[in-house]
Amino acid sequence: MKLSEIVEKLNLHIINSANMEAEINDAYASDLLSDVMGKAKSGQIWITLQTHKNVAAIASLKDLPAVVITGNGKPDDDMLAHAVSEGICVLGASELCYQVCGKLYNLLNSEA
Amino acid sequence: MELKFEIEGGNFTGAGNASSEVKKTLKQLDVDNAKIKRIVVALFEAEINVVAHADSGIITVTIDDEKVEMLVDDKGPGIYDITKAMQEGYSTATRQVREMGFGAGMGLPNIKRNTDVMNISSVLGVGTNLKMIVYLNDTH
Repeated sequence: MKLSEIVEKLNLHIINSANMEAEINDAYASDLLSDVMGKAKSGQIWITLQTHKNVAAIASLKDLPAVVITGNGKPDDDMLAHAVSEGICVLGASELCYQVCGKLYNLLNSEA
Repeated sequence: MELKFEIEGGNFTGAGNASSEVKKTLKQLDVDNAKIKRIVVALFEAEINVVAHADSGIITVTIDDEKVEMLVDDKGPGIYDITKAMQEGYSTATRQVREMGFGAGMGLPNIKRNTDVMNISSVLGVGTNLKMIVYLNDTH
């Protein structure tokens, strides 16, 4: 499913628009950065409540096209700047991690 | 080819710069993507370790046809018990570091898993030296 469709169906707001045409089949949810470094796979979108610059750095290093910040979190200025320069999409969700993950899981698996 | 980076302890904003540069360089050199991923994970974790625990550090990355060798030498408190530090889940990180989502005790295990050679030596009150090698061909 295209990232743009996920944005629309999950009612996410776009904080930095990038990779909207990317095909997304999977996601990784974690607030532990080493866990993401160790286990996330390229092409997944990352769901987290972390908002500092290292989030954008890890997304870029791991080739994750988008980060969804849950619970109405806002990225720090340097995270946003880094995401812009590295071409990482930053999305905001008003809902919490559990709701976002549950809805996304259903969405991605309803396609199959 | 040799790349050198300085790391400032406590400066999380700069963490990841070295890994990001090395990733770009390896891509330009057309290194296999799976290798790049391993190298970048290991180097990023090493950078975070210096930022989270040490006063300052120098990273030296040497790239040749056979391998990527990364030396991370820091000045800092050193590691009291390396065996413990290598255990998944063991960490001495501060609360502030943990709140950022680091300090889960996965850094050194992640490095171990993603490198072909990992040597770590440390002198208390002086600093820690970490050597990591990832071979670029699979004959090793």
